Amino acid sequence: MPEDLNWAIGGEAGDGIDSTGKIFAQALSRAGRHVFTSKDFASRIRGGYTAYKVRTSVDRVESVVDRLDVLIALTERTIDENMDELHEGSVIIYDGERTTMQNVEIPDEMIGLEVPLKRLAEEAGGAIMANVVALGAACEVTGFPIENLDESLEKRFGDKGEAIVENNKKAARAGQDYVQSEYDHDFGYEMATTDNDYVLLNGDEAIGMGAIAGGCRFYAGYPITPATDVMEYMTGRVDQFGGKVVQAEDELAAINMALGAARAGARSMTATSGPGIDLMTETFGLVATTETPLVICDVMRSGPSTGMPTKQEQGDLNMTLYGGHGEIPRFVVAPTTISECFWKTIEAFNLAEKYQTPVFLVSDLALAVTEQTFEPETFDMDEVEIDRGKVVDEDAIDGWQNEKDQFQPHFPAADGVSPRTFPGTSGGAHMTTGLEHDALGRRTEDTDVRMEQVEKRERKVETAQEEEDWDYREFGDPDADTLVISWGSNEGAMREGLEMLDDDGIDVRFLSVPYIFPRPDLSEEIEAADQTIVVECNATGQFADVIEHDVLERVDRVNKYDGVRFKADELAAEIKEAVAGESEVKA
Amino acid sequence: MSSDIRFTDFKSDKQPTWCPGCGDFGTMNGMMKALAETGNDPDNTFVVAGIGCSGKIGTYMHSYALHGVHGRALPVGIGVKLANPDLEVMVAGGDGDGYSIGAGHFIHAVRRNVDMSYVVMDNRIYGLTKGQASPTSREDFETSTSPDGPNQPPVNPKALALSAGATFIAQSFSSNSQRHAELVQEAIEHDGFGFVNVYSPCVTFNDVDTYDYFRDSIVDLDETDHDSTSADQAKDKILDGDKEYMGVLYQDENSVPYDEREGFDQNMAEIPDGAPDGAMDLVREFY
Repeated sequence: MPEDLNWAIGGEAGDGIDSTGKIFAQALSRAGRHVFTSKDFASRIRGGYTAYKVRTSVDRVESVVDRLDVLIALTERTIDENMDELHEGSVIIYDGERTTMQNVEIPDEMIGLEVPLKRLAEEAGGAIMANVVALGAACEVTGFPIENLDESLEKRFGDKGEAIVENNKKAARAGQDYVQSEYDHDFGYEMATTDNDYVLLNGDEAIGMGAIAGGCRFYAGYPITPATDVMEYMTGRVDQFGGKVVQAEDELAAINMALGAARAGARSMTATSGPGIDLMTETFGLVATTETPLVICDVMRSGPSTGMPTKQEQGDLNMTLYGGHGEIPRFVVAPTTISECFWKTIEAFNLAEKYQTPVFLVSDLALAVTEQTFEPETFDMDEVEIDRGKVVDEDAIDGWQNEKDQFQPHFPAADGVSPRTFPGTSGGAHMTTGLEHDALGRRTEDTDVRMEQVEKRERKVETAQEEEDWDYREFGDPDADTLVISWGSNEGAMREGLEMLDDDGIDVRFLSVPYIFPRPDLSEEIEAADQTIVVECNATGQFADVIEHDVLERVDRVNKYDGVRFKADELAAEIKEAVAGESEVKA
Repeated sequence: MSSDIRFTDFKSDKQPTWCPGCGDFGTMNGMMKALAETGNDPDNTFVVAGIGCSGKIGTYMHSYALHGVHGRALPVGIGVKLANPDLEVMVAGGDGDGYSIGAGHFIHAVRRNVDMSYVVMDNRIYGLTKGQASPTSREDFETSTSPDGPNQPPVNPKALALSAGATFIAQSFSSNSQRHAELVQEAIEHDGFGFVNVYSPCVTFNDVDTYDYFRDSIVDLDETDHDSTSADQAKDKILDGDKEYMGVLYQDENSVPYDEREGFDQNMAEIPDGAPDGAMDLVREFY
């Protein structure tokens, strides 16, 4: 376990909790300390409890823990909400002069520091700086050199003018001085700084940055918690690289705009959360059957329906794996860390274009609202590779036309992947449709052509299964009898959990799986273990179900997808063939 | 773009399956003529079609085209145009696709005013599903699913468009091929969202809003003193329940399309082989 400090500021939404917390987190990061932040928040503008929590250490931190060492409480409720995390010796900083805080009782085993935040802020230039006074007080309590705060204050308030910045620095020092003079006490914290320069970002920002790095130039979306940050991040930034963000009228429009841009040849994406994914489901099949490369990002939150919009859940696995009527070839990729949000987004675009399929990039609230420090080289842009797949230009178009010089966007190639040409390319004009179509993209109900196209689309998945690495990330003891499998954002908590288990003498092999479909075959690993435990943030164990499914005994299958029902004589013949030893029969 | 493009170049080798006499034949011919007349060719044209009889148009025309899900043709067209402003984007649909399931997108596409055209084949009936009421059906129009009529007033799409800030509204009639082609051409040439509602009679399921009805009742605005730059005059014509008008009802000559206002001037299909130059600055922002 890293030598860590757990710090938080909490109050009412609208109290500036987020920006104050961020100032502190950035100061720590700039001082060469690792930071892992989390938020307790509600989906409203004002009112309701909210908190910004910071875990910091000179070593890497990968998770939150159930322990709070220093709390700045702007409301009494903040203390109540965190009572389980506070412990003997925890320090609670609060403004005892505030009318609503005058009767606050701090448990005996904790240390209450009454700091007149508002009064000191007024003396420094304005009551609005009360939170910064509290930051100064926190610096004194934790032993964090206050100079480190200055740069953060400059970053936050620089555009408001020199005077405002100076007042804030003054306010911070007022808080520090007050604690020093009124509570001459060594709180026992050491906040070493290092020369390392870290960057601090959250999962949504990492997805947005990955999208831009990976060539995404068109983003259409509709605001929804907790995916909005992807859109806000890209707005203005993607413009610097020739791209644009469009706010659509709803998620139906968002995914269709993104689809249109992708047909025009742009790397295109939309991001949403549960309720938006429900609406977008309508268009999943169209994306897949028109073989349009599209990245659809689902930043999951608690469902069903409106659920708990500001709470964590990994409840959309089945939705992204199976959502939509008919059978939809697709890939589902779930980054397991914030830095992987960056790399997996780039990979999602490559997969989408190489195989001309929808790719679901499944993240969650825990990744979205958590900021974490990284070495900047973690996001080395020189490492970014872009593979656009089988794009055919004017000069090569002849090779993909039929005898009537018509371009064949759904040509049933051996590997399933057809040529793709961007509108504007001479000789490439073609249509495509959500109706079953032939190689030319025109409607058909011909049973042979239908089967050819179904098989061609499936063949793309098979090709991808063979050609790409669908690997897991492994941690812990490779020879342990206990196997833990997880997907998505749980990796960090489990990695730190492994160290705690190790302290208790429990050896665990941990596989963190970022690929939901196609996914690694884990049967050998499961076979080798005495016990397999699947960890995920949902009630029914959706990933556990697919893992169990993967290791079940295989059954023989008779399938029919030419658009005609089973006929008795035909079915009897198929069964006979299956009995005779054909493991898979395609009717 | 080559100058020797003829409208038949926009014709595919697929024979339409519309009923003989369907208004959609004339509607499509006018669209093809207008595209050729405006100097476009199939390789720089993108047609998006919705669902319904009108939606089949992508198959019968030759160009880049997508036939999408019901009601969402406009967002697809917007995406295409914004990603590559060099393309000529035309969206086609019917009254069900555009004013019922897609009504929300219609309003917002009008507001957004992207430089593209939208041609709606309005036959006041659901033809492909064999004769149910559409949003533009008359209040007392009896159908299999509305035996006493829909009992609600029809949507007035031109009024919706005007109130949503439209910059080009035209009404056309498929059987007047000359005027129809001209109106679609004006919509294409308009700087912004060129909306053309086309009376495109269904000869099989609508025995009320027929060719004869439109021929007898329609007034060509070119033969009146209508000033199409006046929103007030447009409003009066659009809300006139006693007459049918043909022609450009309204055009804002100062229209600046969304794509221009927002600076969409890149072909977004063109990207480098790796991260773009300067991408590391994005990382440094997080210091």
